[in-house]
Amino acid sequence: MAFEKYDFTPLTQSIHQGLLENVSPLMTMIIEWTIIGLLYLVFVAVFGLFLVYAERKVCAAFQQRLGPMRVGPWGLLQTIADFIKLLMKELIQPKSVDSFLYNLAPFVVIIVPFLTISVLPFAPGLQSLDFDIGVFFVTAVSSVGVIGVLLAGWASNNKYSLIGGMRSGAQIVSYELSVGMSLITMIILAGTMQISEIVELQRNGWFIFKGHIPAVIAFFVFVIAGTAETNRGPFDLAEAESELTAGFHTEYSGIKFAFFFLAEYINLFIVSAMAVTVFLGGWMPFHVGGWDGFNAIMDLIPGLVWFFAKVLGIIFLIMWFKWTFPRLRIDQILTLEWKYLLPINLFNILLMAFIVLMGWHW
Amino acid sequence: MNSDLMFFILAGVILVFSVLTVTTRRILRAAVYLLFVLISTAGLYFMLNYNFLAAVQLTVYAGGIVVLIIFSILLTSHISERAVVANWKQSLLSALAIVAGATLTLISVFRFSFTASPEPAAPSGVKDIGAALISYGENGYALPFEVVSILLLAAMIGAIIVARKEKIKVDEKDLK
Repeated sequence: MAFEKYDFTPLTQSIHQGLLENVSPLMTMIIEWTIIGLLYLVFVAVFGLFLVYAERKVCAAFQQRLGPMRVGPWGLLQTIADFIKLLMKELIQPKSVDSFLYNLAPFVVIIVPFLTISVLPFAPGLQSLDFDIGVFFVTAVSSVGVIGVLLAGWASNNKYSLIGGMRSGAQIVSYELSVGMSLITMIILAGTMQISEIVELQRNGWFIFKGHIPAVIAFFVFVIAGTAETNRGPFDLAEAESELTAGFHTEYSGIKFAFFFLAEYINLFIVSAMAVTVFLGGWMPFHVGGWDGFNAIMDLIPGLVWFFAKVLGIIFLIMWFKWTFPRLRIDQILTLEWKYLLPINLFNILLMAFIVLMGWHW
Repeated sequence: MNSDLMFFILAGVILVFSVLTVTTRRILRAAVYLLFVLISTAGLYFMLNYNFLAAVQLTVYAGGIVVLIIFSILLTSHISERAVVANWKQSLLSALAIVAGATLTLISVFRFSFTASPEPAAPSGVKDIGAALISYGENGYALPFEVVSILLLAAMIGAIIVARKEKIKVDEKDLK
């Protein structure tokens, strides 16, 4: 395979070997952990800022405006300037908050995406954790994130924050079910939960094509439920500005507010990356059966580029939702989940199990 | 050596936050301390390479039960509420109960001789666990699995019945 030349394994192996020869195994481990931690920190910060910029530009395009244009070429430095401004802002803590929980909540919210991001395969050989429970680990860890939102809403001691937190919590807990079930549908197809194996199985065809109709249904359900799980429009009534000011993060300022803001965009990235990994072949290039010349050209593009191209495509789709659909009411949100998505999902799992049982899936 | 260090860190976190859970006077803080205990327990399972159980611990306890507890606290209590301090009789009795329980546990732990089993450890991969859950042969858990699922179904139906609101029919004459 031609694209194997973009494999990152030799690079990581040589770093590992080089460190082992020069320092003790314990130091090797510490240095490697530090490198990986720094890489993820930088990635999250830079990609988060880029997504904020992208959101503003996409929004502007939908509303026939230009968006940020003043700072840097095409306003590229706008979000960096915003970020510096946020860093320098005063941290205001209202008097009657529960101080410990108030300060804990932003950290819970920001730690969860860091844990989830660790199992994502960005490119061949570029994945830091590869459990046999990969997909399950993602759903297990992301189920903790809602606690940060609930704590922020309650500890702020403010009725808008509390209502925002409760709405957001009810919404996330409900839609978690749909996200998990659409992933289970794909696990039935794959027969494994290990993420590297899931990507490897899609070498001769992405799951959305291999899995026939149930895979397509599961993909749609996953994208809808993923949008709801990240509290983005049209499911953003947790921070409906016109009724609740800013919802659960009303009382936060400066870098603590930035944590909530960044976590929202990184969660958007994680949902898109999971959709890409499970349904659209991860970093695997796009192939058409029989078109050998076309496939060879596609193989020349590195896996990292494929991964980010697909992820940005899904992110654009989710942003498109936000700026197109009007906001849903809380009863509409719960009806959509419990009366439509959940039954569709349960039926879909049966359908997928039947297809796999009959052996129609390859 | 590294896993020993991790064990002591996790055990310390579990101990400290377990005590804090029952001594704090703010109920939501107690729930959060309990969350820390449960997550550290999941950490212990990860340390033992039992990934599946660790993820189950995170989903069921941290993501499920603690969220449920927090939800019910959010709906029922106010931020300024504090638990009532126990009077000396209650404190004395609970101290006696703690001492008795701790003595019993310590005696049984120290009297049991822990010997390493020569048999290889049972496989703990997801596929082995899944196969064991639905097999009815040796080491199969098909019957408990089905019994638990019936129990859950009954609980679910019960919850729906309790939460369901019957539409109250209002006679138009009464309104006048």
